[in-house]
Amino acid sequence: MNEAAFAEYTKNLVQQGAVGSDEKYVTENRPTDLYLHFLPFLQGMLYVGNDAPLKEQELQLVQNLAEAFSTAYARYEDFTKLEAAKSAVEAAMDELRATQSQLVQQEKLASLGQLTAGIAHEIKNPLNFVNNFSEVSIEMIEEVLEEREKTRLSDRLGRESTDGTLVDDILKDIKVNLQKIHKHGTRANGIVTSMLLHARGGSGKKEPTDLNALVREYVNLCFHGMRAGKNPIHVEIVLDLDTEMGLTPLVKEDFTRVIINLCTNAFDAMRSKSISDQSGNYVPRLRITTKKEAQTMTMVVEDNGPGIPDEIKDKIMQPFFTTKKGTEGTGLGLSISHDIVKAHGGSLNVEIKESEGSAFVIQLPIV
Amino acid sequence: MKFLVVDDEKDVEILFRQKLRKEISSGEIEIEFAFSANEALELLRSRKPPDVMYIFSDINMPGMTGLDLLDKVKVEFPEIKVSMISAYGDGENYDRAMSSGAKGFFTKPIDFDTLKEEIQGFLNK
Repeated sequence: MNEAAFAEYTKNLVQQGAVGSDEKYVTENRPTDLYLHFLPFLQGMLYVGNDAPLKEQELQLVQNLAEAFSTAYARYEDFTKLEAAKSAVEAAMDELRATQSQLVQQEKLASLGQLTAGIAHEIKNPLNFVNNFSEVSIEMIEEVLEEREKTRLSDRLGRESTDGTLVDDILKDIKVNLQKIHKHGTRANGIVTSMLLHARGGSGKKEPTDLNALVREYVNLCFHGMRAGKNPIHVEIVLDLDTEMGLTPLVKEDFTRVIINLCTNAFDAMRSKSISDQSGNYVPRLRITTKKEAQTMTMVVEDNGPGIPDEIKDKIMQPFFTTKKGTEGTGLGLSISHDIVKAHGGSLNVEIKESEGSAFVIQLPIV
Repeated sequence: MKFLVVDDEKDVEILFRQKLRKEISSGEIEIEFAFSANEALELLRSRKPPDVMYIFSDINMPGMTGLDLLDKVKVEFPEIKVSMISAYGDGENYDRAMSSGAKGFFTKPIDFDTLKEEIQGFLNK
């Protein structure tokens, strides 16, 4: 580059605002006795004025300097780009985290949705008892009042009083009925409480839990949810629960979702087999086994549905992977179940018996 | 005249005994209870000939369902009448019960006035 071109170049830089002023770069009005040397590099230019032309060796030195500048500039630019890329990635991560927690919340609500019909049934049962027992108690109180009236009449007529034991018996029955009403009211209340716990999320802490009771309650809710939902199927439910189970440390509201997800999947799988079955001999069967060992407990949720094809076996635990059509599945059930079991320090694995259904095996440490 | 009520909810016994206490104390009817379909079948098989004339059974029970019980009773004891009592009045259950030979179909909560009419109608025959 010659001197005139350089002067033009610096002017341009000033116009573009890339440098403050051309004062330091001016080549005009320079001491006329200076020899100028221009050494452009990728991001700029080095120029050196000297009272004599630089020798080959000196020029080489300045050239090396220009290259060193170039490298330093490049490093700096890389660093700036990296910073920009980093903050872009961080923003994307934040967004992803927000989306993820939304999805987890949605899946939570979806699993609650699957239970809605089961919960309705479970609340309706005790409510039926509350209604029937209070109704019959009213009838009995009327009977007591009639008996009392009879007694008063006989007293007035100077006749012998009627036997008081009938009234006593009825009163005892009414007492039993009120106890039943209280029992079933408490039962309905317990169901609503555990439903709220499931929807809101509880303390998030592990508590010693009667796993067998949890299995009974939630399998029952899932079953009735399925029965009262779309396309119900007849399922034989077999609970093979270890009576020596004792208490297992569990985050209840999380672990119930695992039970719900596994049962719902099993029902869906068996429904599809039930629809395609031609023999008419297919009896859908859901078997849940719990077993306590020295350090671990094992829970197996086993169905006799169509099983899982080999080619998707590795994918079923991945988020968003689903075999269900349209909006029927979020593709998050198994993935979240897997995460929940992992957060308990355990493992969730699938065992597939070719054309004999699938078994999901959960292992959890007890201590 | 002996009736058998099958339901996995045990409190159903107290409820039936109280609701039908007049009919029971007058000796008009007798009621027995079974808390699973299997228990009901064992009860029927243990007496020859079975003295139960009419079964009221829940449908959704753990283990054998009321509909399976209905099928078995119709084969083994065709002379015994069976009506279903279900929390779900869905068409599928109703159709299956009726085509399997159920006499009636009641939905929960049980309307005891209707149930008593059914029992009276059966007694008067």
